[in-house]
Amino acid sequence: MSFKRFLALFFSRNKEFIRDRSSLSWNILMPVLIVAGFSFAFSGDIGKQFKVGVINESSATLQAKTFISLKHIEFYSVDASDSAISHSIKKVQRHQVDMLLDAKKQQYWINTKSPSGYLVEKILLGLQNKIGSEKQLFEKQTVSGKQIRYIDWVIPGILSMNMMFSALFGVGFVIVRYRKNGMLKRLKATPITAFEYLSAQIASRMILIMVVTAFVFYGTHFFVDFVMNGSHLNLFLVFALGALSMISLGLIIAARIKSEETAGGLLNLFSWPMMFFSGVWFSLEGAAPVMQNIAEIFPLTHVTAAARAIMIDGAGLLDISYHLIILAVQSVVFLFFGAWFFKWD
Amino acid sequence: MATDLLQIKNLVKHYPSVKAVNGIDITLRTGICFGLLGPNGAGKTTTVEILEGIIQATSGEILYKGKPLGDQFRKEAGIMFQSTALQDYITVRETLEMFANFYPQHADLENLIIRCNLTEYLDQDNRELSGGQRQRLLLAIALVNNPDIIFLDEPTTGLDPQARRNFWDLINDIKSEGKTVVLTTHYMDEAYNLCDEIAIMDHGKIIAQGTPKSLLEENFNDVVLQLPKAELKDFDLSSYTTHERDGHIEITTCDVNEVISALIKNRISLSLLQIRPRTLDDLFLQLTGKELRA
Repeated sequence: MSFKRFLALFFSRNKEFIRDRSSLSWNILMPVLIVAGFSFAFSGDIGKQFKVGVINESSATLQAKTFISLKHIEFYSVDASDSAISHSIKKVQRHQVDMLLDAKKQQYWINTKSPSGYLVEKILLGLQNKIGSEKQLFEKQTVSGKQIRYIDWVIPGILSMNMMFSALFGVGFVIVRYRKNGMLKRLKATPITAFEYLSAQIASRMILIMVVTAFVFYGTHFFVDFVMNGSHLNLFLVFALGALSMISLGLIIAARIKSEETAGGLLNLFSWPMMFFSGVWFSLEGAAPVMQNIAEIFPLTHVTAAARAIMIDGAGLLDISYHLIILAVQSVVFLFFGAWFFKWD
Repeated sequence: MATDLLQIKNLVKHYPSVKAVNGIDITLRTGICFGLLGPNGAGKTTTVEILEGIIQATSGEILYKGKPLGDQFRKEAGIMFQSTALQDYITVRETLEMFANFYPQHADLENLIIRCNLTEYLDQDNRELSGGQRQRLLLAIALVNNPDIIFLDEPTTGLDPQARRNFWDLINDIKSEGKTVVLTTHYMDEAYNLCDEIAIMDHGKIIAQGTPKSLLEENFNDVVLQLPKAELKDFDLSSYTTHERDGHIEITTCDVNEVISALIKNRISLSLLQIRPRTLDDLFLQLTGKELRA
């Protein structure tokens, strides 16, 4: 490997990207516009239904059964395991759920800072009065926490998604274009090796993605005060690993294709399902198990989940190690096959 | 004394539906300009791309300085493809610098820029170059590693006559440095003016090889008289070897006096008469029955 040749390709590709103003501005503007759009769309009061998580729904007491049979409140079942309960309590803290009720133990959790939680509690206590019991039937547990808005929840996904498009199309599509117009053939006639060429493309795109993502992150944060509870360095690591994984996926797609139309179709075939089924826009918790299993294959699922855990929950590297390991393994596998299949012409 | 730089032995390239190169042998001596001629589809670009190490031969042997093609060849060969895209949004100077950095040693870029007449366009984006400017940049890229052997694949196709002449001057300049040039073209005047030795290819085979002059001398001892077809409408051509080309009748003969006497005797106007020697176009036509420009 010649570092001189690597740097020549690396700087040349960087210049090309930076000088292509339309592509550069689109890379920066698109996520900002999406975030601004969502911020605007979810800024007003939205007529909402109360949402209550119910533990031990099947063995509910009579009083609890009366409560959970009320209309106009959305009740959903929560597993009785410690982790599921702890996860749901976090949702109460973030105002994503108005109340968590253990229907067997007659215990409930509400957020003292949530107006909706306050109202649901009033309904529950009103029911107790209606039954005519003087005794406190339901035991109150209070939690508190800042509200997590949808915009806070969706921003890690939007940043990851923007990274995915830049990685897949920025490397995959460019390689196919250069193969088609003979640029790669010209490079093949020089002492450049495939490894040098591919590593320069990866390094160039990695740096550009990280710079653009940082720009979008801090720019968006300036306008929309979204939640960032974790370490910026950890988030940087997640995005770097995610970018590597998705660039490598782009390399596999572009390894041999000569037609831009075919490449465009294939890149869309990978990017669109990832965009919709990686938990960028909506949580996959309630989705069918098959869908959840498929989503596990997508690098975008792991980047989004890890970034969200850092930004919202303040998770450390150990907490997201599962996602990091998957992304690292995917990067190595994709890189290996991408380099193995690669053809100059 | 010239030594063998490149030896090609029984080179074959078969594709599923076509035999593009069908057993050719060429020996290139150091310092010559070798022309590979033939119509489109003759197999010359395939041959050159095998020599350049771009595509793999089905069989055969290629030796560069007595060794199989390898790293040394890639460092010492300069290549100008028939059509090459250049990186967008990069200037002429940046393109040259990028290619220069691919090689352990490279030519002096300032000299190369002056030599290829690129000074005025150095800060111009590759996308904004005209056809002639672009060809000169591609030639400069081919020369950036100060190569011992240079492959030029139809370098003047699409250029106007002035740009072609300028390009010929550049190639003559390269030849004068003792570099070996392999030129593919279907312009016969180009081959005649630039090449020390030529090989004519058709259907994947070499059908004639030698210096342009010797090939013409070996195959022809006659000249061509050319008159507009309309002038000869009342003249009996049955006793002559003739060929119709571009609205003219060409009479091939070893005895010019006899033909001119006959024309005068039949009161044919000679004001538009042209007499020309045999050319490589005629040679190709004779060898293959096809126009070389086809």
